Amino acid sequence: MNTLGMKSWIALAVVAVLLAALPLVGSNYFLRIATTVCMYAVMAQSWNFIGGLAGYPSFATAAFFGFGAYTSAILQNHDAPMLLAWGSAGLAAFLFAAFLGGAILHLRGHYFAIASLIIAEMLREIVNTLPDFTGGGKGLNLPFLRISVTAQAQFFFYAMLALAILCTGAAIVIHRSKLGFGLRCIQQNEDAASILGVNAYGYKTAAFCLSAVFVGVAGAIYASWVNYIDPPDVFDVLLAIKPMVMVLLGGLGTIFGPPLGAVILLSFEELVWRSFLTVHAAALGFIIVVLVLFLPNGILALVRERLVGRGTVT
Amino acid sequence: MSVGAPKLAIERLQAGYGDVQVLWDITIEVGTGELVCLIGSNGAGKTTLMRCISGLLAITAGQIVVDGRSMAQATPADFLRAGIVHVPEGRRLFSAMSVRDNLLMGAYLRDDKERIAEDLDRVYAMFPILAERRRQDAGTLSGGEQQMCALGRGLMARPSLVLIDELSLGLAPRVMELLSERLREINRSGVAVLLVEQDVMNALELATRAYVIDQGRVTKAGLSASLASDPAIREAYMGIA
Repeated sequence: MNTLGMKSWIALAVVAVLLAALPLVGSNYFLRIATTVCMYAVMAQSWNFIGGLAGYPSFATAAFFGFGAYTSAILQNHDAPMLLAWGSAGLAAFLFAAFLGGAILHLRGHYFAIASLIIAEMLREIVNTLPDFTGGGKGLNLPFLRISVTAQAQFFFYAMLALAILCTGAAIVIHRSKLGFGLRCIQQNEDAASILGVNAYGYKTAAFCLSAVFVGVAGAIYASWVNYIDPPDVFDVLLAIKPMVMVLLGGLGTIFGPPLGAVILLSFEELVWRSFLTVHAAALGFIIVVLVLFLPNGILALVRERLVGRGTVT
Repeated sequence: MSVGAPKLAIERLQAGYGDVQVLWDITIEVGTGELVCLIGSNGAGKTTLMRCISGLLAITAGQIVVDGRSMAQATPADFLRAGIVHVPEGRRLFSAMSVRDNLLMGAYLRDDKERIAEDLDRVYAMFPILAERRRQDAGTLSGGEQQMCALGRGLMARPSLVLIDELSLGLAPRVMELLSERLREINRSGVAVLLVEQDVMNALELATRAYVIDQGRVTKAGLSASLASDPAIREAYMGIA
C-alpha cells in the first residue's frame, strides 16, 4: 500500500479513537448530536459514491434511508433480533438499489435526478397503502432497549460511529480501486469510457448499490434509536438534499470531504439556526447558493490549493 | 490486400435509435491491413455505423463478422479484444486527466505492463508533442493535439483495425497533413484503418478503397482513384461541377 493509502487509514484510525472517547467527555445531549453527525456522515459518504465518483446526481438517499428504516422496523415487529434486522435492512437496500438501477441508470443528468427523486415518493405511497403491513400513516413503533437512558445514548452513538467508520473505510478501498477509477472515467466522459472497455453499466450499478447499503443500515439504526417512524419522517426529501450539500461543502469525490461537510453543516445548524428557527430552510438555500458560486469544489479543495499552491499541474 | 477472411465484414446491417431507423442494408468490408474510407455528408449515418462496429449500439438486423467470427451480442470490450478500436468523433478525452493517463486508458483492458510501457513510448515517438505535454490536463490541449491524443489512446490497445470518426473536424490543414502522414505510417505497420470523413478529398487521397454513404445506405463503392474522378461524386461532395 502506498503512502497516500496508509495516510488515509491512519487518519481514519485516529479519528475513530478520538470519537470513541467522546462518551467520556460529553453529555447525553452532546452524544445525540454526535450520533446525528455520524448518521449524516454515512449518508454523505454514501452519496459520494454515486454523486461524487460516478457523477450521477442521485436524490434517492431519502428513499434508501426510509427503505432501510421500514425494513428493519417491520422485521423487528415480527420478532427479529435488532442486529439481524439492521443487517437485513442494509442487504435489502442493496438489492433494491440494484433493481432500481436497472430501471433508471440509463438516464443521465437532470432526467436521472428527477427519476431518483420520485422513488421516495413512490415508497411513501406504498407504505401508506399497506397499513396492515407497514402501519401506514400511523407509523410503526419499535421495541425499546431495556437499558438506562445514558446507556442507550452511548449504544446508539457507538452504533452510528461504527457504521460511519465502516462506510469511510469502504470509501478508502473503493476510491483507490479499479472501480473507483472506472467511475471517475465514467463521470468525465461516459461514452469514451464505454469505448475503452469500461463496464459502465456494471460500475454505475455498483456505485448506486454502494450509495444504498450503508444508508439502509443508517435508517435501521435511526428507527431503533427513535423507537417510532412514519413516512414523512423517514422519506423526508431533506434526507436526500442535506447529504448532497455536505459533500459539496466538504469536497466532491474526496474521501474525507463528506464527513467533514457533515460536521460543518450540522455544527452550523446547531450553533446558528437555533436562533433563527423561522428562516431555517431559507438559510439552507442560501448556503447552497453561496457554495455553488464561491466554493464549487468544496472546502478540501480550497485547503489543498493553499497547501500545494495554485497553478500546479498534476 | 486481404488474405483469407477479411478483418471486418458487415452484411446487410440495419440499426437505429428506438423507432428511428438510421441505417439500411449496409454491406462493407475491410481487409487485413487495408485503408478504407467511408465518406458522406452530415447525418448520413456514419457515426451510427461506427457505434455499431464498436459495440456501443445494438444492431437490429444483419451481422458484423470479425476475423470470420460473428459479433452478435458483443460488448465494446469484446470488440476491443478482437482488435477493433474506435477513435470517436469529437475526441472524447478525459479532460480532467493528464495526457499520459488518457493514453494509458487506451490500454485499460490489457495487463501486460511491459508491453504497455513499450507502446506508450511508441506513441510518444510518433507524437512528440504528446510527450512534451504528458503531464498536462488533456482539456488544455489544442484541437490538433487532442486528436493526436485520441489517436494515440486508440493505438494503446494494440489494434488490428482502427475506426476513426471524423479525423479532420475542426483542424487546421497543417495539422491534418501531419495526422494523415501518421495514419499512413500506422497503416503501413499492418493496422487496418476504416476512416470516416466529411473531408472527401483528404479521405480519397489516403484510402485505397472507399464507400459512399448517403441517408443511411451505401450508394457507391470502389477504388478511391475511380471515385475521385467520378463526376457525380465530385459534384455532390467536392463542389466541382
